[in-house]
Amino acid sequence: MAVKHAILVGVGGQGAILTAKVFVCGLMKAGYDVKMSEVHGMSQRGGSVTTQVHWGEKVFSPVIGPGAADFLVAFEKMEAVRYAHFLKPDGVAVINDFSQPSATVAAGLAEYPEGCLEAMTDNFRCFTLKAAEIAEGLGSAKCMNIVLFGAMTHALGMDEIDWEAAIRETVPPKFLDLNLAAYRAGRAAVNA
Amino acid sequence: MEKHLLSGNEAIARGAYEAGVKVCSAYPGTPSTEIFESLPQYGDALYCEWAPNEKVATEVAYGAAIGGVRSLTAMKHVGLNVAADPLFTAAYNGVKAGFVIVTADDPSMHSSQNEQDNRYYARSAKVALVEPSDSQECIDFLKEAYRISETFDMPVIFRTTTNISHSKSLVEFSEREEPAFEPYVRNAEKFDCSPAKAYRNHPKVEKNLAALEAYGETCPLNKLELRGNKIGVITASIAYQYAKDVFPEDTSFLKLGLTNPLPMGLIRDFAAKVETLYVIEELEGFMEQQILAAGIPCIGKDKVSKLYELNPQRLKEMLFGEKPVVKELPVKAVPRPPVLCPGCPHRGFFYTMSKGRDFVVAGDIGCYTLGGAAPLSATDSCVCMGGGFTIAMGMSKAFAAKGEKKKVFGVVGDSTFFHSGMTGAAEILYNKGGVIPVVLDNHITGMTGHQDNPGSGYTLQGEIAAAIKIEDVLRAFGYENVIVVDPQDLAAMQKAVDDALASDVPAAIVCRRPCLLIKRIRHEKALCEVDREKCIGCRKCLKVGCPAVMIKDKKSWIDPNQCVGCTVCAQVCPVGAIAKKEGK
Repeated sequence: MAVKHAILVGVGGQGAILTAKVFVCGLMKAGYDVKMSEVHGMSQRGGSVTTQVHWGEKVFSPVIGPGAADFLVAFEKMEAVRYAHFLKPDGVAVINDFSQPSATVAAGLAEYPEGCLEAMTDNFRCFTLKAAEIAEGLGSAKCMNIVLFGAMTHALGMDEIDWEAAIRETVPPKFLDLNLAAYRAGRAAVNA
Repeated sequence: MEKHLLSGNEAIARGAYEAGVKVCSAYPGTPSTEIFESLPQYGDALYCEWAPNEKVATEVAYGAAIGGVRSLTAMKHVGLNVAADPLFTAAYNGVKAGFVIVTADDPSMHSSQNEQDNRYYARSAKVALVEPSDSQECIDFLKEAYRISETFDMPVIFRTTTNISHSKSLVEFSEREEPAFEPYVRNAEKFDCSPAKAYRNHPKVEKNLAALEAYGETCPLNKLELRGNKIGVITASIAYQYAKDVFPEDTSFLKLGLTNPLPMGLIRDFAAKVETLYVIEELEGFMEQQILAAGIPCIGKDKVSKLYELNPQRLKEMLFGEKPVVKELPVKAVPRPPVLCPGCPHRGFFYTMSKGRDFVVAGDIGCYTLGGAAPLSATDSCVCMGGGFTIAMGMSKAFAAKGEKKKVFGVVGDSTFFHSGMTGAAEILYNKGGVIPVVLDNHITGMTGHQDNPGSGYTLQGEIAAAIKIEDVLRAFGYENVIVVDPQDLAAMQKAVDDALASDVPAAIVCRRPCLLIKRIRHEKALCEVDREKCIGCRKCLKVGCPAVMIKDKKSWIDPNQCVGCTVCAQVCPVGAIAKKEGK
């Protein structure tokens, strides 16, 4: 099979890196060669964060450039727009209908753009959900990342992989039930 | 065999363990930091530490190699500038046991101040350069690097880039090697670099380098992948992975792992086998220049940019003119720059500095570099670790020469103070500088992800250690008026600045409040709220540059998910519209 590429984008602190780890755990169990890359450092301070995951029979580059991603998972909708150019024209996006103003917006130096979600749904095959609200409904905003992971696995269509087993292996035991519920809720939210 | 998903940095730590390394010393720096964060898991098998700076770390590791055990140091690319002094002489003296210096370069400057290509250090210092291209090679090549160091009697530079250090790929583990130890025997002829001995050492360096060059021709790190005879690619490091994605299936590769000295015989043979030869490398034309100088025609930097990180799509466009197909959206994202966190102790100091327009503030490297960003815009410069004090010193001397009345502050963090700020503090006092040194002591090395330092009271293993008090160091130097202040108390912060400026004796300021992200400290949790009735919409609270404070419907609003109740915004509100609620 040709190597597939996913890019997870969000804001520092949203849990995109943990999501990528659960995802990679599932891919490894399914026997794929996997590479994953993260941008560390300054991005920890509220900046834009990206994580890439690549899988296939044999993966070479741990990073891709524009126009090469099969999947985009956006934890924040302006970040979806920022990285949309990484998607192939027929790529699939999973978007959290959630906005977090950047510091430039908060300081009144820029306006948060209108119509982020519409711009994405008009141009790409998209799955959208309000993962923050779903997570809060489950009792903790912190599981928003796994809600998105659930939606992402539905969009991927790789149902032969036991994603719940990957969650069991990756998240701490005391948060397991919450995260399994979050995963199922995320899947259900885009499987309507 | 079981496979593990490891980052390049984690794999280097594993490689050090498997190579039987005994002593490891480093100073944190992105993208190298996780190498040493991954070492304590190996327990008593090896000793590891955070050193005050990269020069110290390199000397400690080199001393261990003289003492007879394999040793490791690691740093970001600019760290090797700090450690260059011991490197160049260690190259002359040679080693007893293997000694490897990891340099993690940062193309595209994700977290760095320049894009220097540290491969030139190996050429300049006349030492071996080993470059892995994925995590498995980080383990395997590191073990070979120790053998090279011992066989050819030299330090080895082991170079990664951000996309090797921070990307994860699958690896297999091996058993740890346990090199045999010999009792220490004094060998001053070899390890004392006094001029007469150094004079005798130089021919040895050239001889060892020539022997290493010959070894490169058959070294297992240099790998030939012969496919077709149309296109041949010579490459190394992460560029190999990009090139494998970009060139056609029938392309032949000469993938180099030992890149200084280059195996010119191997390269010449490979070039003769293919019609068109490419040299694909990130940043400078390090290999290409040498290959061209050897009279071998090749295509390289005339097509592939010297600027920034490569990726397969960028490489394909540069080589073959194939532009990626990308959809243009009608909406554009606005910038999301990194900022000081809500509740960051540095905010109070920089806010205070931002109000005094006749202040000149020389900044430094760390989270507090962000004090230069809008809306605080409080710093005038940032050059290098420790430069906060000494750039300020030079500026104050310039202002004195011009007769310009400016109040100059030099700013460093606590870790930076121990790294290379102390020498600057001595300089200011000794040479009668008109500078107020300020140490922003948040009790941790913040920007690199929370590493301990000589002031934090803990070691790399999390054990309790001596905590050196910055104010005691400054007082011992002769700063008679050292003002220790909580920067989050804006009135006290302003008073500290005023008192330091008015001081008749040498004054310094230590702003002390621990970083809120330090996990072992129990931080007070609170929340600030805006009373919309009282708020007059003057936007003064936005001037503190807190990402939790914003405008909603023309009045201030504080995001409860981000706010930690530090009250800096409340202290600047002219009408008392912001109040703190206990608990969160």
